[in-house]
Amino acid sequence: MGKTVSGSDMPCPSHHPDEGLVMDYATGAACEAGSLILASHMTLCPRCRSLAEACDVVGGSLLAEIEPEPVSKRCLLAVLAGIGDRRGAASDPARPRPPADIVLPAPLRNHLGTDLNGVAWRRVMPGIEEAHVPTCGGRFKGRLMRIAAGVAVPRHTHDGVEMTLVLAGGFSDEHGRYYRGDLSVSGPEIDHAPVVDADGECVCFVATDGPMKLTGPVARLFSRFIRF
Amino acid sequence: MPPMWRMSWLVGGLLMPLNGAMSDIDASTPQAVDGDLPLSRLVQAVAESRDRSAFASLFAYFAPRIKAYLMRGGADAATAEEIVQEVMIAIWRRAETFDAAQATVSTWVFTIARNKRIDLLRRERRAEVDPDDPALVPAPEELADVRIAAGQDAGRLQAAMRGLPEEQHELLRMAYFDDKPHSAIAEASGLPLGTVKSRIRLALARLRKEMKVEH
Repeated sequence: MGKTVSGSDMPCPSHHPDEGLVMDYATGAACEAGSLILASHMTLCPRCRSLAEACDVVGGSLLAEIEPEPVSKRCLLAVLAGIGDRRGAASDPARPRPPADIVLPAPLRNHLGTDLNGVAWRRVMPGIEEAHVPTCGGRFKGRLMRIAAGVAVPRHTHDGVEMTLVLAGGFSDEHGRYYRGDLSVSGPEIDHAPVVDADGECVCFVATDGPMKLTGPVARLFSRFIRF
Repeated sequence: MPPMWRMSWLVGGLLMPLNGAMSDIDASTPQAVDGDLPLSRLVQAVAESRDRSAFASLFAYFAPRIKAYLMRGGADAATAEEIVQEVMIAIWRRAETFDAAQATVSTWVFTIARNKRIDLLRRERRAEVDPDDPALVPAPEELADVRIAAGQDAGRLQAAMRGLPEEQHELLRMAYFDDKPHSAIAEASGLPLGTVKSRIRLALARLRKEMKVEH
């Protein structure tokens, strides 16, 4: 593993999703894989977390001003029957605290039921492994990728949008350098060939809504063997 | 304090969208016309003493709004009422977790309703940030200073919302109510994606300015 990844000494990431994506998360319109990558980024990014909180406040204001729709008496009676006299569960039962040297943000860790050490990797090509992250329906599909130090990912573009969240290590492409917490969003107009930093492997969570298309000179050769 | 909302609950009629009852509260506390200070007192009463009539007032105010929200998102009336039940029961059960210093009641209820909509209408899970996550990167000082206004300032935000250009306001309604990502809104409305993005950016920048607590 490349760099130290535990929490508080980490700086704020420098690559963020745009306001539209953060708002999709806040409105609830983001699909499961989309909410997973955004909540994971926001765990590592106080700036976007604060924007999402502001978006929730906007949602509250809109709810307050919506034209109300009359509710049947049956609905109220069902609720009153449902609440009984029982006291609510004030808080969740205490959960065991995970160790401090975890790598995955809680949204991903909870979704997978394991930290990185429990992930079952599948080799895609020398130096590149991936693990499918199953999600329910939705526009985006998620997967974890583990790429060895110094490896260059074949030049590619995408039919749709690719969101890549760095979880450990770092990589760079024509558009910048990316470290833990950074979220790179590329659309079909972006053609890139990311290269992992030489000082350690890079682990990313990737959400895509279209297949990856290899565009480099070796594309034809590779595309027969690689299923991203 | 005389339990004004209890009387208005009885007088105002059980199943009205409570405009009458809310204006009774507003009349007695004019500074809270748009804010939701009385709403937070109702939640507090539920949290502290399982006050069923306070809860009934919360129901009268929120249930018709949550139902409207769910129907805008594509639910039929019957399904919407089933989800309203789930949201209201969650409000009852989680009243102790509501913190008036952190959020307005409307914001809190919105997040519960949004999550129930995803869970029950779309049958999907929504990933959330865990504030106790050891991996959480805490806000640096300059961000921590920018506090989102609590209940007392809800009125300020609503005034700012009314002051937005109509096309921005309408875009926010579509984004929050129609259960469509902003890219789909661009498609549905025939607007270029860039225009939708810039309207979102402008609207959020304007509203966030109103949310910040002055220091």
